[in-house]
Amino acid sequence: MTNTLKNLTLKVWRQDGPNTSGSFETHTIEEITDEASFLEMIDILNERLIEDDKEAIVFDHDCREGICGTCSLMINGQAHGPERGTATCQLHMRKFSSGDTIVIEPWRASAFPIIRDLMVDRSSFDRIVEAGGYITAATGGAPDANLIPVPKPVSDAAMDAAQCIGCGACVAACPNGAANLFTAAKITHLNLLPQGQAERYSRAEDMVETMDSFFGSCTNHGECEAACPKEISIDVIALMNADYRKAKVQNRKQLSRT
Amino acid sequence: MSSILDSKSPEGLLADKWQNFKANEKLVNPANKRKFKVIVVGTGLAGASAAATLAELGYQVDAFTFHDSPRRAHSIAAQGGINAAKNYRGDGDSVNRLFYDTIKGGDFRSRESNVHRLAEVSVNIIDQMVAQGVPFAREYGGMLDNRSFGGAQVSRTFYARGQTGQQLLLGAYQQLARQVGQGGVRLFNRSELVDVVVIEGRAAGVVVRDLMTGELSSHSAHAVVLATGGYGNAFFLSTNAMACNVTAAWRAHKRGAFFANPCYTQIHPTCIPQSDDFQSKLTLMSESLRNDGRVWVPEVAGDNREPHLIPEDERDYYLERLYPSFGNLAPRDISSRAAKRAVDAGQGVGLKQNGVYLDFSEAIGRLGRDTVAERYGNLFDMYERITGENPYDVPMRIYPASHYTMGGLWVDYELMTTIPGLYAAGEANFSDHGANRLGASALMQGLSDGYFVLPYTISNYLSEWLNKSVPDTSHPEFAKVENEARDRYNRFASVGGTRSPDWFHRELGKIIWDYCGMERTEAGLEKALGEIPALYEEFKKDLRVTGGTDGLNQTLEKAGRVEDFFELGMLMCRDALDRKESCGGHFRAEYQTEEGEALRDDDNFAHVAAWENTGDPMAPNRHVEDLVYEEVHFQTRSYK
Repeated sequence: MTNTLKNLTLKVWRQDGPNTSGSFETHTIEEITDEASFLEMIDILNERLIEDDKEAIVFDHDCREGICGTCSLMINGQAHGPERGTATCQLHMRKFSSGDTIVIEPWRASAFPIIRDLMVDRSSFDRIVEAGGYITAATGGAPDANLIPVPKPVSDAAMDAAQCIGCGACVAACPNGAANLFTAAKITHLNLLPQGQAERYSRAEDMVETMDSFFGSCTNHGECEAACPKEISIDVIALMNADYRKAKVQNRKQLSRT
Repeated sequence: MSSILDSKSPEGLLADKWQNFKANEKLVNPANKRKFKVIVVGTGLAGASAAATLAELGYQVDAFTFHDSPRRAHSIAAQGGINAAKNYRGDGDSVNRLFYDTIKGGDFRSRESNVHRLAEVSVNIIDQMVAQGVPFAREYGGMLDNRSFGGAQVSRTFYARGQTGQQLLLGAYQQLARQVGQGGVRLFNRSELVDVVVIEGRAAGVVVRDLMTGELSSHSAHAVVLATGGYGNAFFLSTNAMACNVTAAWRAHKRGAFFANPCYTQIHPTCIPQSDDFQSKLTLMSESLRNDGRVWVPEVAGDNREPHLIPEDERDYYLERLYPSFGNLAPRDISSRAAKRAVDAGQGVGLKQNGVYLDFSEAIGRLGRDTVAERYGNLFDMYERITGENPYDVPMRIYPASHYTMGGLWVDYELMTTIPGLYAAGEANFSDHGANRLGASALMQGLSDGYFVLPYTISNYLSEWLNKSVPDTSHPEFAKVENEARDRYNRFASVGGTRSPDWFHRELGKIIWDYCGMERTEAGLEKALGEIPALYEEFKKDLRVTGGTDGLNQTLEKAGRVEDFFELGMLMCRDALDRKESCGGHFRAEYQTEEGEALRDDDNFAHVAAWENTGDPMAPNRHVEDLVYEEVHFQTRSYK
């Protein structure tokens, strides 16, 4: 049943812009019901700031049901906070206790520059998808959908990887700021499916190299998997690495033929 | 001053119309396509698929989204599935049956020719999405799986777990990303449309605000496509995402586009009830839960015992009692209203007495806990995450919430609004769902418009402009519209009142929900039409926006969206007041059968109401498009 939390101390990162320095601002939440979601707590704080003629805290959020991937936030040093398999927007205050101090920061990664306060720029993810995260299939030319059977285990494994919401928690949690889980999830989704075979190796090569131009390198810490709100398995990185290695050979062979 | 609108439906038998259109439309030669520029606003299913396909055809495309990435659009949140008349089950489905079900589901208030086309292209959508790698559910033999959805008598719904919208949107987003990578589409992210520019009676471009810098900029084009979603957030509390808004459609409306059937809104029966006054949005629980859950409330109003302490004979399983043949599976509008009646009568449950029980104890007894977990485990987990209650032990609490809007910009058969060169696609238009949308049909319509309709119909318009000059952004009208937008934002920033935009949005939403929600009456709507303008006046005098107009300011963005909801709210109530009948999602208490069902008036209201802006939001002009049915006959829905 409903309980009320008392005397929470929030330390919120405030920063005016990408090129200015920021600092923590302390706010007290005297009382809040544990039915509230974490972002509703920030909504309430923002209402109060506006009442006090101050600027609201800037943060990204939209669907609030854990699927759009817009929300972010490092909460007490953990990407998306303490609850496993849960995006910030689905985190509720019942996971906290009266008297807690909660530190709220933006994603930590140099490939995600801070725009303002808690909002970061994740467009490098879009660049990775633009490099090859698709199957080329012009509108109108598709054969009947049941023409190519896809074995259920393959389809299920592709779907497990395709669940990625592109929030960036994997990068934020990674000590190296690597985007391997994000990139590998997309490569795995498309490279497992029969429809994705034609571009399999060019996709692996183009996406991995674009990823490397923005992000750090993977050293198998596994923090990404632990932070992922969709609990995507680190196994996808193994498939990506295998396909990338094959791609380097395959694509070179093709080059030498021309 | 009202007129009768021409839908421009093509000649011929219903089943031939789309073929006839394609055979006779004007085309643009491939080498000439690059001479045309098309602006697409919004990157959900309709916008992303339209932008990608138009670029693939060779047009220059500029795509705008106010999100940080096109992949965030709210299409992503659709759970259930997408309909298509594939008849892979061999269970008697066909294009005709999907067409008829959609017309009937829409309570005979949609345009026959559009709906038939939708049913025809539904099969292409599935082919297209599979080719793009959407991981739809499969059977062990590798073929696509289907399920029955929303009371349909055939299994025609394709799905990807409970995340069909996500997978379809990512499919369309990836096609868009491919075009962005190859230079076919210029993508402007974090850019919000603030006005549409109309010059000499045709759409000439848009003015957008860069949400990062606050800068306004003008963009000209040969045609503009608005794929900017629905207006369910007018109610403040809805299952829409936080940023969903009506601004793009409303700005177009203020520039001359007619707005059709704004009172057709859909309420979804199974959402988690509001827990607190500051709650920002409601979460939908898939309707599939009603397959095994039983809906009940205590028989006696105000009975606040724990549910397991209320004996069977003191519970009212009201859906099973009122609708014995459909029971807990009664359609969305019918079960929603029944829940409202129970809560209004004081039988509501939960601390705020604002919900009804959806109880799985019978199903757990019959099927075992494991089977129930297999079917609904992920939904139960989501429910527990939000409410802290475990549905295996305690009945779920549910209540209806605003979910989808069937009304939108009026468009003709070619998806063009009443402003030449301005198109509307997806939920932003009014075209296909009549007064009520069937489950798993929103995804179908968005992709149909974007992949298979607009790319054909737009050439019919563009071909006229070949080698003719159209105004560019140096035209004084662009500067004028930019200045008007600038003045508007300056006005918000300088009111200096005491209330935040969110406060006004919440108050406005309460009025619209109370009087123009699940059940409407003449007296209530009249009351709302008094209260909304009064609150709007207060908004103009007492708004407080902190931070300036330069640079990133989410409070300022919100103020603009809320202001547009005020004017839309007035139009919703006006439309509901003038439609003196009940149909689909529009239920007027005065017009019901003895059993409390919707009572249509086909003699007087078998038409689309399309509203023209007159400058005075309280006195719009009502135009009509008569709905002529060549194939189907009016029927009364019955779920007894």
